[in-house]
Amino acid sequence: MTDATAVGMSADTRKSGRYLYIASVAFLCAWVIVPIYFLLINTLSSPEAVNSFPKSFVPEFDFSSLQFFAGFEGMLTALKNSVIVALMTMVMSIIIGAPAGYALSRFEFPGKGLFRLLILLTRAFPLPLLALPLAVMFIQTGLDDTAFGLALVHTTLAIPFAVLITFSLFSGIPIELEEAAWTLGCTRLTAFTKVVLPLILPGITASAIFAFVISWNEVFAAAVLTIENRTLTAFLLQNLDTSPLHLKFAGGFILVVPALIFIFAVRKYLFAMWGIANR
Amino acid sequence: MLLNARILPYVLILPVTLFLCLFFIYPFVLVSQQAFGSSEGGWSLDNFREVVDYWKFPISLKNTLLLAAAVVPIQLALALLMATMVSKMEKGRDMVLYIWTIPLGISDLAAGIIWLAIFEQSGFLNSMLNGMGVIDKPVNFLTYQNPWIVFVAIALAEIWRATAIMLVILVAGIGLIPKEYYEAADVFGASKWKQFTRITFPMLRPSLQTALVLRVILAFEIFAVVAALGGTLFPVLMGETYAYQFDLLNSGAAAAMALIILAISIGFTLIILRILRVPKGASI
Amino acid sequence: MTLRSKFTGAVSGIALSCVAVAAQAETLFWSTQAKPVEEAQAMREQVLSGFADGVDYQPNDGGPWITRLNAELQAGSGSIGVLGALHGDYSAMDPATLVDLSDLGAMSSSDTFNNLAKLGTDQMQYIPWMQASYIMAANKEALQYLPEGADIDALSYDQLIAWAANVQEATGEAKFGFPAGPDGLKHRFFQGYLYPSYTNGVVRTFASDEAVVAWEKFAELWSHTNPASTNFSFMQEQLLSGDAWIVFDHTSRLAGAFNERPDDFVAFPAPAGPSGRGFMPVLAGVAIPSTAPDMDAAKALVSYMLKPETQIATLRATSFFPVVDVELPDDLPPSVQAAGAAVAKMSGAADANPGLLPAGLGDKGGDFNRVFVDTFERIILGGQDIRMVLDDQKGTLAGIMEETGAPCWAPDAPSDGACPVE
Repeated sequence: MTDATAVGMSADTRKSGRYLYIASVAFLCAWVIVPIYFLLINTLSSPEAVNSFPKSFVPEFDFSSLQFFAGFEGMLTALKNSVIVALMTMVMSIIIGAPAGYALSRFEFPGKGLFRLLILLTRAFPLPLLALPLAVMFIQTGLDDTAFGLALVHTTLAIPFAVLITFSLFSGIPIELEEAAWTLGCTRLTAFTKVVLPLILPGITASAIFAFVISWNEVFAAAVLTIENRTLTAFLLQNLDTSPLHLKFAGGFILVVPALIFIFAVRKYLFAMWGIANR
Repeated sequence: MLLNARILPYVLILPVTLFLCLFFIYPFVLVSQQAFGSSEGGWSLDNFREVVDYWKFPISLKNTLLLAAAVVPIQLALALLMATMVSKMEKGRDMVLYIWTIPLGISDLAAGIIWLAIFEQSGFLNSMLNGMGVIDKPVNFLTYQNPWIVFVAIALAEIWRATAIMLVILVAGIGLIPKEYYEAADVFGASKWKQFTRITFPMLRPSLQTALVLRVILAFEIFAVVAALGGTLFPVLMGETYAYQFDLLNSGAAAAMALIILAISIGFTLIILRILRVPKGASI
Repeated sequence: MTLRSKFTGAVSGIALSCVAVAAQAETLFWSTQAKPVEEAQAMREQVLSGFADGVDYQPNDGGPWITRLNAELQAGSGSIGVLGALHGDYSAMDPATLVDLSDLGAMSSSDTFNNLAKLGTDQMQYIPWMQASYIMAANKEALQYLPEGADIDALSYDQLIAWAANVQEATGEAKFGFPAGPDGLKHRFFQGYLYPSYTNGVVRTFASDEAVVAWEKFAELWSHTNPASTNFSFMQEQLLSGDAWIVFDHTSRLAGAFNERPDDFVAFPAPAGPSGRGFMPVLAGVAIPSTAPDMDAAKALVSYMLKPETQIATLRATSFFPVVDVELPDDLPPSVQAAGAAVAKMSGAADANPGLLPAGLGDKGGDFNRVFVDTFERIILGGQDIRMVLDDQKGTLAGIMEETGAPCWAPDAPSDGACPVE
């Protein structure tokens, strides 16, 4: 498109462009929601309906599968453990990760490349292979079967996200902004808390969401490192794939819901910060 | 104040480094030793030779790379499109963004279950086609005769599941671009496309880099969705790694596979970092 | 803080510590069996609730199961009291890590099983716990297409192929179902059914001319098999959905179909080939790791698992049959009745050719399975020449046998050293 046509865009094309825009937003929403809706249908269907063909596109509101899980011993404890572990993971990964993200974005220092590589390596190596030495270490130190111990492992998984996301966002904030604050009498710390931190909050929220979700959905370490203090995912998901179809769906649904509620709860912090960011 | 600028970065990265040394480097070194060990003791490349010589290795390598090559660019384009769409939105931005980030909360195992329910013979896709009268009896999509449909199904499920990761990073990045740039561009009559290529894209480079690197690394670790939809038809590197570790109880070979995946990930990461080099202080 | 909230806090604190103490005393039962959520729940509520000291039943996938166990063994201390797993899982373990159970006083009534449980040592490494087998099942709608003169309880492979062909012709869809998915037990079909039925062996006859015939027949059957079978791992799902009408699988992986719609399906013996009706058992055992925290409680639990009442309760919960002599009650679940009858017909058939579980393979059990799976994938899915593939895979198999020194097991003729591949 050239500038001339852009300027001369008629009201008509503008309007059709608007429709196209709305249609694509609607399509993308549907693309995300429809598969979840199928999960909902199968969750709220009787075993017969789950296996039938053709499938109905309206749920029949049969709660028997959900009731089965409601009668499952230890669900609530497992749910509580999951939330505790996920929250600990969230807090730890940000407290430990964000300073490193800031360092990467603001300083040139020898060993920086090596450090970044270390961060990435963490994410590129499969955890189930590391689980054995970790578990031995945890059993020997007494961290085994504690929410804190599991949160440490989950934090390891979440840290690359925390560091890299905060790094990319700090890089997006001009250093001049901080320097201006210093000249106005701020120390490095107060400049950071008064000027940079408010800007970075959406990014912090983004990495918090990642940390929470990573911890929530992690099965393997949870299955190996917790026995009495199982997380919900370890409790449900590891046996899900061998379970009958209708329970597979119901179990999958039960796992998805708390994560969705969490994202819903923090979305405000993630996206409502727009006003501040758009100074 | 600037005196401590030499020490400060190290102070800031110290917690992460200590943490990762304890919970990642230590077990990682132990596992890597297995990869380079052999039954007779001492150092050897036997494990690497074994896994690379296995007839499925080239197939799973090809599948993994092909899938990443097909999925990641689409996800990038889609995430960029979605992020720019949201940034212009006046009403309902919260809600739309929330909906688009829903897949974040869904584990790959659950995503596999959901998409299998769509593509299987008596699944939702067949039900839909049947209801519209396109077909009179269910089509078998996921079979060894239709490797391309299997591939497309896996790719669709991955795009559905993992685009949100990039979206969130990009949205947070776009939020940092000062509005004045666009206002100025409007004054000069720059088209939306021009605004995108001249303002959004360059300003977004750090976020783009992060999003791509993370996504590509995760793409090489793809497993659960592939196992659910592709069954045994679509071997991938990570699936072979788990097979060595848990079916064959051959930790040395599994560790060797994992190191190969690691090497590929690092290779691609360096390429991405180079291409999307951020002008100041971010090169590796 | 008000007085009241302090009070509630204190009470819940006490309650929490009580729970913690109670949990400590429970014996942890770490199992790879009875994993499906319904079975696990039934194990807890119906089987283990009768054990006085309390049991924490934790079924797991093989990966976490072995990782956790190895971690406890390496660390030298642990919380796992009792293990529940398949014969193959135990044979892959170092015998020194399992407690000798020879003088426990409880054991199976089958000498064959008790011998297997020694894992080549002279001690009981595990106690046989429950058994199952693989059978065939069909949707009753498929019965009308049985080839003429065929008796469903005495089918031959040729008749099975003709049957599957008839169904395909009539419905336009291939409706034989085979568990060839990632978690499917396809290798057991080749090792315990196809090979014994055609070659009267598994290892010795791996690349024989009879084996070529066997694979040709299987390829013929495959042409009438639902091509999505590479995604199938639990055939009860495809029976229920109607994607497959005639299937082969583990009895407990068919149980769901019979329990949900008992009137719609029939169970029947596996087919016979030129050298008889090959079939093999599934054997699960209970064992105690050397790191068990409370050895007496663990031994008590193992003994409890072998009691006749427990064995029947286990049968109801998991569809696995007892390994001790018990009188089976009449009110068993439909799946158990159907599977029990089919297994009885199979083992009682005149041409029965029972096989044993692979023994002496140690941690090469997975590699042994892979030989058969690879052969299947190359011949059937890859369309490679049968003779060429067999000759190629033969080397791998011979290597495994030589490395482990495992002697032949039935139906292969006994060997003096490592079972040779002829």
